[in-house]
Amino acid sequence: MNARTPADLEAALADLAAPVKLLFFTQTFGCDTCVSARAVVDRIASLSARITVEEFNLVLDKDAVRTFGIRRAPAIAVVGEADTGIRFYGVPEGHELISLVEAILLVASRDSGLSEESRARLAEVEAPIDIQVFVTPT
Amino acid sequence: MALASPHVTAAAVAAAEYPDLVHEYRVTGVPKTVVNERTEILGAVPEAEFVSQVVGAVG
Repeated sequence: MNARTPADLEAALADLAAPVKLLFFTQTFGCDTCVSARAVVDRIASLSARITVEEFNLVLDKDAVRTFGIRRAPAIAVVGEADTGIRFYGVPEGHELISLVEAILLVASRDSGLSEESRARLAEVEAPIDIQVFVTPT
Repeated sequence: MALASPHVTAAAVAAAEYPDLVHEYRVTGVPKTVVNERTEILGAVPEAEFVSQVVGAVG
């Protein structure tokens, strides 16, 4: 999957296996990158009729912020039939854009793509695990 | 991993946009992974090792 180019991934979105919602969390003041992030989300959504976008306000939509555990804006929650726990903070550019598209494909396929061994280890987990991966576009 | 377990949430954080978080979690290089606010995984590691370290964080 790492060998895929952005163009390949965009093409893959056209054949999405199931509907995916992108929940976009924005903030009216003090968010320089929210407009750019929303533009990326809209561009991705334009590539597939099965991707829909819902926008929430970090300050005003407290229920959604709490339900999805959102901490900052801009944020994107990738939601399939149910919430998956996958979040992107910041403008998805470069590698992060590819990661977001891959996340959408995984959510639609309902398959983590992990090895049997990894799945078995994760199946034993009964406590909350919060993973934050700090990344840069290049 | 978030797809494989209902207990896992996974966030990708654009480091350049959140200098406060970079400072809080002492991010000096990417990728850097922080599990449950305390366990740190530096760099890109193979899947098996990554899963092992993440699961180990709550073990």
